[in-house]
Amino acid sequence: MSSTAIQIISRSKYYNWLVKNLFSSWVNTILTVIALIFVYQVGSFFLNWAIFDADFRYNFQGELIIDRGFCSKNIMPGEYGACWAIIFARWNQFMYGLYPIEEAWRVNLIYALLPLAIIGILFDKIPFRRYFIYFTFIFPFLAYFMLYGGPGLSVVGTNKWGGLLVTLFLGVTGIGLAFPLSILLALGRRSKMPIIKSLCVVFIEFIRGVPLITLLFTANVMLPLFLPDGVNPDNLLRALVAVTLFQSAYMAEAIRGGLQAIPRGQVEAAQSLGLSYWQTTRKIVLPQALKIAIPPIVNTCIGLFKDTSLVLIIGLFDLLGIGRAALADMTWTKLYYEVYVFISLVFFIFCFGMSRYSLYLEKKLKTDNS
Amino acid sequence: MTKIKSLFISLVLTLGVSTAIAGSHGSTHDLVKERGKLMCGSNTGLAGFGAPNDAGVWEGIDVDVCRAVAAAVFGDASKVEYVPTTSKVRFTVLQSGEIDMLSRNTTWTLSRDVDLGLEFVGVNYYDGQGFMVNKSLGVSSAMELDGASVCIQVGTTTEMNLADFFKANGMSYESVPVETNSEADAAYTAGRCDVYTTDASGLYASRAGYPDPSAHVVLPEIVSKEPLGPAVRHGDSEWADIVRWSLNAMIIGEELGITSANVDEMKSSKNPEVLRLLGVDAGYGAMLGLSDDWAYNILSQVGNYSESFEKHIGPNTPINIQRGLNALYKDGGILYAPPFR
Repeated sequence: MSSTAIQIISRSKYYNWLVKNLFSSWVNTILTVIALIFVYQVGSFFLNWAIFDADFRYNFQGELIIDRGFCSKNIMPGEYGACWAIIFARWNQFMYGLYPIEEAWRVNLIYALLPLAIIGILFDKIPFRRYFIYFTFIFPFLAYFMLYGGPGLSVVGTNKWGGLLVTLFLGVTGIGLAFPLSILLALGRRSKMPIIKSLCVVFIEFIRGVPLITLLFTANVMLPLFLPDGVNPDNLLRALVAVTLFQSAYMAEAIRGGLQAIPRGQVEAAQSLGLSYWQTTRKIVLPQALKIAIPPIVNTCIGLFKDTSLVLIIGLFDLLGIGRAALADMTWTKLYYEVYVFISLVFFIFCFGMSRYSLYLEKKLKTDNS
Repeated sequence: MTKIKSLFISLVLTLGVSTAIAGSHGSTHDLVKERGKLMCGSNTGLAGFGAPNDAGVWEGIDVDVCRAVAAAVFGDASKVEYVPTTSKVRFTVLQSGEIDMLSRNTTWTLSRDVDLGLEFVGVNYYDGQGFMVNKSLGVSSAMELDGASVCIQVGTTTEMNLADFFKANGMSYESVPVETNSEADAAYTAGRCDVYTTDASGLYASRAGYPDPSAHVVLPEIVSKEPLGPAVRHGDSEWADIVRWSLNAMIIGEELGITSANVDEMKSSKNPEVLRLLGVDAGYGAMLGLSDDWAYNILSQVGNYSESFEKHIGPNTPINIQRGLNALYKDGGILYAPPFR
């Protein structure tokens, strides 16, 4: 077959698809046209605003933008779009919060090492995986030392942390700590021992019964009141406790769903082979249950990652909080859209990444024939 | 509902106060000195009052009070750690001892002063509810607002103040309810209401962000009292004295014409009050447990009240607030500090 023939066939294939799906009737044709116009209008408006008519570091006169008065849209209102200079000017704060800038390399190092620390858990076919897993277990201590400081490094209190650092810290640490906790809770809830079972049920139902914001307030406001004077667990740590408890309760329910899907026969078969409870759980039940539970687990992780922005209510400068602080500065005030669009973009990148990973994992683990 | 809420709040705070009192061994002053820095509760970001700038340095007139206290205690205004607090957690953060003082546009009221166990040490900004209108309306007084549509944040005290004011003056209005400050901005600039009302400082800050600030005017009538000031925990009068007189030193500095620029020359002044304030006549610092040059440090590093006001919220800043009530008593305002002797 000549290449022209292929082209004709493939062209007609597209043509057929178009006719079948978009122009099959008068109503469909009209709806398609309306939708196209709508997409074009919104898309072109957004692209013009965000890119083509926007200021980045310099305005249309070529001046460096040092406050909002230099933004083209404030010089010639209506003619120009976004003024991204606020993101450039506040880039360090968006990335590190109020972390001393001469120490920011420590945060950068941790940002750079973070992928190495989680790659071993995420993918099982990489070379030297064992060493990556070792690194995963060293990483939290390394991160703590690098970020907070210690012998040889100046101490940077967590009240200086902010922006993406706090968002990632709460998200990654919260999910990381909640995972083992949630497995125990899920197993506990299905346990035959009444005390353990009721403890787990009460914990899960209590945490799931209150909004995260209530937990954050409780951790932030009530906790210090009941502790002796001078013992002030750090603000960020308190938020982390609340986030971890919250996440573990939700994740436990997701894992319980997976556990319940394992046929009883699997456990009985394992027991008849003489495996102990923990052997059965570790080698037979959990691998299958976690596989089933992956989509809901990732769902809760995505939810949690976005929920971390609630900590701005208790005065922590997460990504959203630092954005709002930027808007409160007279230099940049009223550039709402730019800041919120930027923050949305950052959240989107992380959440979309997680969602794609979950898809990949589902495909990879799909061993049955259904 | 409100009753239950206030009962709960007072319960929480009573617990807090009792633990704070039971647990406080050393005085706050000693704790601060030992720590080597002042923990100051600040806003999470309010233009002109307290917000981090592009370089991450906190600025604003509320922030300057923290800096003044640090200058008095350590002789170094930069020895402050700012703890951003939201309006919801600010009091408990202070109660729990996490911060040494709170300086974030907080209104001094009886219930806060007495019931919440705080101690307000003075007023660094006299605020009050005001009205903003477009200049093109040609209105110069709130008395001419009969029949106007007013943008108002629902569920706030400003809503009640507004109703009272219009009722008392026999006028009617049409309210345009909005949820947040930014929504109010949007509604007002879009012309959905003739008048925008909230605390005057908020009006000025909003106006500063409008495309054409000069097209809007804040009317002279102020219909409520909102004295904003720094607060400390109840029960540590020595520390309260230090914070109170740090603020007073800034105000007295303005009265006596001492600025950060001329503070060294003023040391050779003939005025005995200047000499007392700057510590040339020794003894006043020791009364507070501070060094004799404490007020000198405040004025040289932070400046007097007027300098702080002009730098952060005055007419030459985008916020553009006139001194008004916040002028010294002798300039027609009500800013007044007890004498330094």
